[in-house]
Amino acid sequence: MSKELVNAIAEMREEEALGIAREMVEGGSDPMEVLNAAREAMGIVGQRYEEGTYFLPELILSGVMLNQIAEIVKPVLAGAAEVERHGKVVIGTVEGDIHDIGKDIVVFMLDVNGFDVLDLGIDVPPQKFVEAINDFQPQVVGLSGFLTLAFDAMKDTVEAIKKAGQRDKVKIMIGGGQISEEIRKHTGADAYGKDAVAGVSLVKEWVGAK
Amino acid sequence: MGKEWGELSADEKQEALFQRWLSPKDPEGNDVKFQSPEAEKAFKERIGRIKDAIQMKKQPDRVPVVPLPNMFPAFYSGMSVEDVMYDYDKCYAAWKKFVLDYDPDGHMGCAGPGPGKFYEILDYKLYAWPGHGVSPQHSYQCLEGEYMKADEYDGLIQDPSGFFSNVYLPRVFGALEPFQMLPLLPGILEMYGVAFNFIPYGLPPVQGAFNALMEAGGEALKWVGTVGGFDGEMITLGYPNILAGFTKAPFDSIADTLRGTKGVMLDIYRQPDKLLEAMEAITPLMIKMGVGAAMMNGKPLVFMPLHKGADGFLSDEQFKTFYWPTFRKVMMGLIEEGCVPFPVAEGGYNSRLEVVKDLPKGKVLWMFDQTDMAQAKKTVGKTACISGNVPLDLLSVGTPEQVSDYVKKLIETAGKGGGYILTNGAFFDEIRPENLKAMMEAGREYGAYS
Repeated sequence: MSKELVNAIAEMREEEALGIAREMVEGGSDPMEVLNAAREAMGIVGQRYEEGTYFLPELILSGVMLNQIAEIVKPVLAGAAEVERHGKVVIGTVEGDIHDIGKDIVVFMLDVNGFDVLDLGIDVPPQKFVEAINDFQPQVVGLSGFLTLAFDAMKDTVEAIKKAGQRDKVKIMIGGGQISEEIRKHTGADAYGKDAVAGVSLVKEWVGAK
Repeated sequence: MGKEWGELSADEKQEALFQRWLSPKDPEGNDVKFQSPEAEKAFKERIGRIKDAIQMKKQPDRVPVVPLPNMFPAFYSGMSVEDVMYDYDKCYAAWKKFVLDYDPDGHMGCAGPGPGKFYEILDYKLYAWPGHGVSPQHSYQCLEGEYMKADEYDGLIQDPSGFFSNVYLPRVFGALEPFQMLPLLPGILEMYGVAFNFIPYGLPPVQGAFNALMEAGGEALKWVGTVGGFDGEMITLGYPNILAGFTKAPFDSIADTLRGTKGVMLDIYRQPDKLLEAMEAITPLMIKMGVGAAMMNGKPLVFMPLHKGADGFLSDEQFKTFYWPTFRKVMMGLIEEGCVPFPVAEGGYNSRLEVVKDLPKGKVLWMFDQTDMAQAKKTVGKTACISGNVPLDLLSVGTPEQVSDYVKKLIETAGKGGGYILTNGAFFDEIRPENLKAMMEAGREYGAYS
């Protein structure tokens, strides 16, 4: 059954996937088995996105399926059995910019690749990144921005992190529509990712995960 | 001579629109008086250059150079975005300084910032703008949402205008919320019962909404007086506004403003037929929108900002199924009426080039951002004028020398044999003025065809 669930999710057959999940739960399957199947499927989706066969519709639909399956499983789930994570990332769209499509893809890809992600949302002031680094203790900070105004907002955020004495504790990556190596230099970040896949590679490299 | 508009071929209609653009009239319908014979000559040369580049029948004297800003003119004049959205005279002054200082072959007018007070009167919810969700220094930004719910496609398909007036407008304009009470107009058929349809217009909330509408209309009129006056003065100084109007690819109309990115991407799987049907339903309206503006303004170029068909959003198959067919239909509808669609592909369009090249020659102006211009020239560029590609990161943090080198290489690649207009890749805000100057100068220097 769990294999069928993996396939249904990975092949974007939403109704079938939800049907199988319900059947498994009602039939007394271990809820963790359902969740693990869903996670395995998300891994496949992420991989296909990396390979360029899946795009936004698949990322969004699989994310929605995962949430629905989590809802189905919730009533029978004893405790929160967290999976092992490779590392922690704080991410957000920098101050003044309210775009989130690109950031959300990165969050999705980091999640399916086994990272614990704290998503601060959009229009995030530098101070909020500083506080999040303090509380969440990530190894990596991701700054996203679509507009050119994000160039300076990213720079200000890196400065704020430096001022707070956190610069040595985190690696900072930036990304977004108009971001390049030139902009990376301008902001003082450690690296930029031209897309979500590149972002995940950076995080993997930095935290030493495979 | 003397042929009716309907009897003209698409070629003749396009030529007629270019000729109207070349012979501007003042608001009273008289020939525009240029401020000098030089200004008149420059005006005609500039349009001629753009026309030659677009039509691809002959090489222009040089590559037209047309910088296309977002809010840059405000920053360049030391103003905030809030300033130019709320003080129309300031907006006029900033954009005038921009045009006069950079001496471009064409401009986009000063309508970009839009009338801040108008948005306030109607309580516009689709965007955040200075003082309403973003700081005074920042450009307005879209607040995506599901302004059309997943189960409302039939309403849009059966009656797009009714859906917009009674469902969409009440959701995106707080002041027009009472419009959800409005009647469906095709119910007004016979003496018997006709008055029932008018009851909503007597209700105080609906009347309040109409008052807001009238106030907003007054504000829009005041604003357009300034914006139109700007175009008029620029003509007398020799600078043409290149835009006649705007429209959108049906997929973006639905994805950007109605369903939101998440909604439309789910619809691709959950209700693909409804999505396709809805795009077909609004296609004639998207054509009408562009053609109507072109006829009114007597110019051919119809701006089409493209969003959710760029590289990375959809697979090739999804692009070919959902994005391209109605996008192409809109462009063909415009072309048949003599318009020149001006699709602006922000981001990358590399994976789309082979698909979107399927259009008649000399009828379209493409603007590319991060697309490989050598590839664009070899594909789309065989039949259509291409433009763009000077990167925003370079204009923002590069040096004038870097910009100049980039432009030189770009013109060598994309400008070969004509069919190219030099523009930035995407609309820009706060870039280094000296970099823009370098782009303009390099364009004029390296863009000359000998």
